[in-house]
Amino acid sequence: MRLPLKSGWLLVLPFLLLVGGLFLGPILNVLWISVTEPAPGFGNYAQLGSSDTLRRILWTTLRVCVMCTAFSVILGYSIAYAMVHATGPAQSRMLGLLLISFWISVLVRTFSWLMLLGRNGVVNSTLDALGIISAPIPFMRNELGVLIGMVHYMVPYAVLPIFAAMQSIDGRVVQASRSLGGSGAQTFWRIYLPMTKPGVVAASLVVFIINLGFYVIPAVLGGGKVLMVAEYISVQVLITLQWGTAAMLAAILLFGVLALMFLMSRFMKLSTVFGGART
Amino acid sequence: MRVSLPAKLNTGFAWVLLVLLIAPALVAIPVSLTPKTYLSFPTDELSLQYYRELFSSPEWLSSFAQSTVIGAVSTLLATTIGTLCAIGLWRVSSPAGEVVRSVLLLPLVVPPIIAAMAFSRLFVPLGLIDSYTGLILAHTVLSAPLVLITVSASLAGFDARLEQASRNLGASNWVTMWRVIVPGIRPGILAGAVFAFISSWDEIVVTLFLSKFSVYTLPRRMWNGIRENTDPTVAAAAVVLMAITLLAFAIWALAARRTRPAA
Repeated sequence: MRLPLKSGWLLVLPFLLLVGGLFLGPILNVLWISVTEPAPGFGNYAQLGSSDTLRRILWTTLRVCVMCTAFSVILGYSIAYAMVHATGPAQSRMLGLLLISFWISVLVRTFSWLMLLGRNGVVNSTLDALGIISAPIPFMRNELGVLIGMVHYMVPYAVLPIFAAMQSIDGRVVQASRSLGGSGAQTFWRIYLPMTKPGVVAASLVVFIINLGFYVIPAVLGGGKVLMVAEYISVQVLITLQWGTAAMLAAILLFGVLALMFLMSRFMKLSTVFGGART
Repeated sequence: MRVSLPAKLNTGFAWVLLVLLIAPALVAIPVSLTPKTYLSFPTDELSLQYYRELFSSPEWLSSFAQSTVIGAVSTLLATTIGTLCAIGLWRVSSPAGEVVRSVLLLPLVVPPIIAAMAFSRLFVPLGLIDSYTGLILAHTVLSAPLVLITVSASLAGFDARLEQASRNLGASNWVTMWRVIVPGIRPGILAGAVFAFISSWDEIVVTLFLSKFSVYTLPRRMWNGIRENTDPTVAAAAVVLMAITLLAFAIWALAARRTRPAA
C-alpha cells in the first residue's frame, strides 16, 4: 500500500480540527473561566462549602440520578431478558418498538407528559373516573414527575448494553446449571445475573451519565421545584449572568462524567453503548 | 427448552413496557385535533384548525424552514467530515487511532449544557450568536460523531482486500476511495446522515444558548409553546415532528439493515 499511514491521518484531520477548535478549546476555556471569573482563584469552588443552595442542587441531582438509574436499569433488564429469549420475528418487533422510542423527540415526550400528568391530565381524570382517587395526585412540579419523564426516556439506553451482554452468553451454561439440579431461580441469580454484570454496569453508567446533565425534562416537569445542575447552570448563564458559578458547576459535571466514562470504557465499547442510540 | 412461568410473566411485562415507551407520545394526536382554544382533549367534534394554523402562520413556517436549512447543511458537513475520518481511522487502524477516536466521540458524551456554554462563549466575540453559521457549526460538531460511529460499523464489514486490489490495479487513492470504498459503505453513510439530520432537527439545549430572535428553529418555538402551555398549535407541531422523525427512522432502519448483513 502506498503511504497508508499518511493518507489515513490526512482524512482524520478535518474532524480533528473541528472538534479541537470548536469543542475542546472552548470547553477548556469554560474550565479556565471557573478559576478566573469574577476573580482569579478558587472562589467559585469555595462557594460549594458556603452555599446551601449549591449543595442542595447537587444533592437533588445525585438523588434523582441514582433513583432514575436504578429504575431504568431494572426495567431495561426485564426488556432485554424478554428480547434475548424471544423468537426471531418477536425479537425484531420488540427491537423495533425500542428503537422507535429512542427516536421520539424529547420535546414531544415532555409535551405529552404535561398533558398526561397535570392536575386535570389524562392519568388523574382516569383514576378519578374509576373512583380510585378522590383528589388529584400531584405528579408535576415534584420529583415524581421528573422521575417518570426521565425513566421513560432512559429505559432504551439501559436496554442496549444489557441486551448486548446477554446475547454473548452461551446458553449451554444455563442448561448445564439446570441439568446439575439448579432450580430456575438459583440458575438466574447465581449464574445468569452475574454473567450479565458487565452489561448492567455499562447500562447503569450510561444512564447515570446522561441523567447528570439532563436539562429539558427536569426543567419542564420539575416546574422550578426540582432544580438540578443543568437547569441551574442555564439560569446562571442566561439570566443572572454569573459565568463563574456556572463554569464551576460545569467543571464538576464534566469531571464527573469523564471519570464515569473512563470507568465504563473498561466494561464496554462506547460504540456498543451509543450504537443505536441518539442523544 | 421449556419456558418457565417467571420467564413468561417477564415477557408479558416487557411487552407492556415497550408499548408504554411509545404510547405516551401519541397523546399529542388527540390534543392537536381539539376544536377548543386551549390545550385540551376534543369531546364532541374534531378540528384541523391547529394544523391550518401551523401551516399558515409565518412564525411556524419560518421555524420549519430554518430547522430544515440548519439540519441539511450541518448534516452535509457532518457526513462528509465524519465519513472521511472513519475511513482514515480504518486505514490507520492503530492504538493511536483508537485514542483519537475516543477524543472525537467526546461531543456525544459531554452534557449538552456544557457544550452550550462553550459554544456561546466562543461565538459571542466572533459575532456568531443568533446566526445560521453559529448553529450550523455547533450542530456539525455534535452530529459528526454519530456519522463516525455508523460509518465505522459499516467499514468493519468491508473487505479490506478490495482496497488493495484497487490499488494494485493502478487506481489512485482518490479513485479507490470514491469508486471502491464509498460505494461499499453507502448504507452506513446514509444511516449516519439520517442520524445526523435528526439530531440537529431535534436539538434544543445548545440552540437555547445560541439563538435569540432572528434564528428560531422548530424545537426553539416548541420549547416556548411548552413553557407557555396554552396554545394547541404546539400539539400539531409535535405530531408533525413525530411523523418526520418516524419517516427518518424508517430510512435509517432500511439503511442499517443493509450495513449489518445476516443480523
